[in-house]
Amino acid sequence: MSRYSAGMREVSRTAPTFAALGDETRLALVARLSSDGPLSITRLAAGSAVTRQAITKHLNVLASAGLVSDVRRGRERIWEFEPKQVEAARSYLEHVSQRWDEALARLKTFVEA
Amino acid sequence: MKLHNSTDRIEKEIVLRAPRSRVWRALADADEFGAWFGVKLEGAFAPGSRAHGQITLPGHGHVTIEIAIERMDPESRLSYRWHPYAVEPGVDYSNEPTTLVEFQLEEVAGGTRLTVVESGFDRIPAERRAEALRMNNAGWTEELENIARYVAI
Repeated sequence: MSRYSAGMREVSRTAPTFAALGDETRLALVARLSSDGPLSITRLAAGSAVTRQAITKHLNVLASAGLVSDVRRGRERIWEFEPKQVEAARSYLEHVSQRWDEALARLKTFVEA
Repeated sequence: MKLHNSTDRIEKEIVLRAPRSRVWRALADADEFGAWFGVKLEGAFAPGSRAHGQITLPGHGHVTIEIAIERMDPESRLSYRWHPYAVEPGVDYSNEPTTLVEFQLEEVAGGTRLTVVESGFDRIPAERRAEALRMNNAGWTEELENIARYVAI
């Protein structure tokens, strides 16, 4: 039972990653922070059609999914990409892929015996 | 083994040093399939049939799978649908999207080339994918607990 409830916490922790990335603006923000490194909202909003307020809202959604985090520097908040959650999402297919490798290795032993 | 990955499909290829008829039997006979895959299946494989059973691999004893056979072309193709890693106890997966698993056999010098394609992952709900990873971890935890029991002082 303890493992089951620990598991439920894990689901509620991981599932929002997929939802948070299912938005073009948020995906763009994550891509930008991932390629350019930590940025302020001012920098993120510069040259963008999206308002600072909207960007702040999107960053908060990403933050609650554990994809980005912020630190206060002087009067500004600097936002940073947290790759751990994205890696967790991507590792799903790697996980399934690995299961197939193991299964096929067993099949090989089975039919070549 | 070769690996082609997209987000929607997994493709594997392996050459088995066994005749095509032997490989076909290992795929098309539910008992033989279960022996290498690691599942104790009830029900026979036939186009349109369903077989289900419990995983027999260490650390995955809590997992049951259901295989819905689609196509069987003797010694050539076998395909089925299932819920990949549908492992949460008490959850009804029957209305959720499935993935399609396709085996293809081809005679090559010295044996049989087997291709496996599993596709349809993009339609699998995000929470199920997260769950699969977590259950995989749970499987490992269980394994380590088993080991710990043997080595405990």
